[in-house]
Amino acid sequence: MSTHISPPAPDGAAPQAGLLPALHRVQADLGHIPDAAVAELARAHNLSRAEVEGVIGFYHDFRRQPAGRHTLRLCRAESCQAMGGDALAEHASRVLGVEFGATTADGAVHLEAVYCLGNCACSPAVMLDGRLLGRVSPASLDALLAEELPR
Amino acid sequence: MSRRIHIPRDAAARSVGADRVSAAVAAEARRRGLAVEIVATGSRGLYWLEPLVEVDVAGVRHAYGPVTPEAVPDLFAAGWLEGGAHPLALGPTADLPYLKGQTRLVFSRVGISDPLSLADYRAQGGLAGLEQALALTPEAIVAQVEASGLRGRGGAGFPTGVKWRTVRNAGAGQKYIVCNADEGDSGTFSDRMLMEGDPFCLIEGMLIAGLAVGADRGYIYLRSEYPDAWDTLEAALRIARREGVLGDDVLGSGRRFELSLFKGAGAYVCGEETALLESMEGKRGLVRAKPPLPALEGLFGMPTVVNNVITLASVPWILAHGGAAYAGYGVGRSRGTLPFQLAGNLRRPGLVEAPFGITLEALLHDYGGGSASGRPLRAVQVGGPLGAYLPASQFHLPLDYETFATVGASVGHGGIVAFDDTVDMAKMARYALHFCAEESCGKCTPCRIGSTRGVELLDAMLAGRPNQTNDDTLLRDLCQTLLEGSLCALGGMTPYPVLSALNHYPEDFGLAPKGKEDPA
Ligand SMILES: Cc1cc2nc3c(=O)[nH]c(=O)nc-3n(C[C@H](O)[C@H](O)[C@H](O)COP(=O)(O)O)c2cc1C
Ligand code: SF4
Ligand code: FES
Repeated sequence: MSTHISPPAPDGAAPQAGLLPALHRVQADLGHIPDAAVAELARAHNLSRAEVEGVIGFYHDFRRQPAGRHTLRLCRAESCQAMGGDALAEHASRVLGVEFGATTADGAVHLEAVYCLGNCACSPAVMLDGRLLGRVSPASLDALLAEELPR
Repeated sequence: MSRRIHIPRDAAARSVGADRVSAAVAAEARRRGLAVEIVATGSRGLYWLEPLVEVDVAGVRHAYGPVTPEAVPDLFAAGWLEGGAHPLALGPTADLPYLKGQTRLVFSRVGISDPLSLADYRAQGGLAGLEQALALTPEAIVAQVEASGLRGRGGAGFPTGVKWRTVRNAGAGQKYIVCNADEGDSGTFSDRMLMEGDPFCLIEGMLIAGLAVGADRGYIYLRSEYPDAWDTLEAALRIARREGVLGDDVLGSGRRFELSLFKGAGAYVCGEETALLESMEGKRGLVRAKPPLPALEGLFGMPTVVNNVITLASVPWILAHGGAAYAGYGVGRSRGTLPFQLAGNLRRPGLVEAPFGITLEALLHDYGGGSASGRPLRAVQVGGPLGAYLPASQFHLPLDYETFATVGASVGHGGIVAFDDTVDMAKMARYALHFCAEESCGKCTPCRIGSTRGVELLDAMLAGRPNQTNDDTLLRDLCQTLLEGSLCALGGMTPYPVLSALNHYPEDFGLAPKGKEDPA
């Protein structure tokens, strides 16, 4: 995915307007938003650190702590549920040995729930580091993990 | 002579191997010393057939699918470049019943043209609407949109012409066009398909909106879950600027329009238009109280049109063919077409653009082919995670805004998710409340706290205590509180899936079944 993000640039816009694009840049570069970046972003956008923390905390995409080297996002929404998504979710959690929202002990994979990837006609769907997969079965998930994250 | 082969670059087609098929086709053609030109298109929306490959035979496209990389040598051997017979051969694409029955106005080019070829776009009727708009007064553009009867496709169904008129009349200062491309509703993917398959159509629609209301800046708020759409739009914007479609002199008219992308950050509520604007301003996505309307005080306090992708992408057709032509489709106060999205447990999931008034039955069976599992369909959720569940006794209902409202349901963004008879509707009700709790912006107490309370209540009900009439009453009361005490539809409509599940499938909640199915 491109890391270039166009901020809204209206004339006389509030300095805060560039905050989300800036957070996306930091997160894309570092995988999380470290303390130093919070302070820096607060200064740059004329905000308090608490305000920046508030924004980071609101959005699912941003995290303050480093997670895994890879992120597996598994769709838990209705269409995927209708096509065996719950069983797939249990399987993923079991083979990785982590709950949703947690990272494997070796730091390889962060497992995340997501609510719709727009791939509902090829349910169930997962996304591994920005790569979308459809019609995923427990077996094809195993194959994907073996191929992409040799451990 | 080089032969043309069309293979989708659509994210969903790629998710089931379109890229690998494309590579296999190129390799096999090379091995055989054949000159082929592979054109990357959007998806036709026949997803059960993806990866769907189309071979151009004397100007007629022949479809093969679902193609695997392993099948490719065999397809060449069968002479597919001449439309040869093969178990995966489907015949001329345009004759496939799934496509033939549709009315593709908005999706006329998706899956057909190269999404990043402006020449292709023009050749297939693109920019005709913009050229028409440039020759009209702003008032006349708004009048065409009003005449079309177009209503917002993002879910609320608000008349687009009325919104545009409000912004147009809101003085002469800075105004904005914001495209809501957050597409957070589960079971929906038409925005994604359109942006990946025909990005210039959205750009053209936004340009026309700008001309109509007097705005020279636009933004597309795109959810971060759509990296492919981001890349396609970014490339399309670059081309549009280079070719003078965007910029200081739109198509040589002397008019100015700038357009850029803004990436969401994974919050469902930011699809709500005022939360979306807060998000663009760099804030938490808290829903604003209305009034003021975004049309009067929107982005940075300026008059702003916020429209869904499909709403805006409908506009070029309306301007090119006239509002009356568009209004010629549909029923009642639901004019034109809606790209329905068939998902969940169906044999033939995909995109079906049809005039309002088509029945669920036709969509589920004639198009969808019934359940994928072969079991009876038991429930269908229409209109995303805040939409009601409908039982088989309501499948005869025509899909239009008014009919659905009368049965406590909504058409929403046109997503249709089917479940077979293995579904546990109490679990789905619990999920709806859980989703509300997860995604609540936190502003209203019923939504923030009541949703969690509802999950606990259902957990207690489902813990195996039969006939908990008391819990049933508590759950209904809770839904009433959400219906009445929510600032936006996240809290305000979560009761739709919950109550419809409770009303139509009481047995799943450990309650006595109803004597008679609601005839609606
Ligand atoms: C919780 C919530 C989520 C929404 N999500 C979306 C969305 O993802 N896309 C969208 O176009 N509209 C969404 N809407 C509707 C918008 O608030 C708004 O009505 C729409 O963008 C207006 O455009 P339209 O008139 O073209 O539909 C959502 C509304 C609510 C309450
Ligand atoms: S209903 Fe929920 S999401 Fe909507 S404004 Fe209230 S708290 Fe926020
Ligand atoms: S519901 Fe899973 S991808 Fe849409």
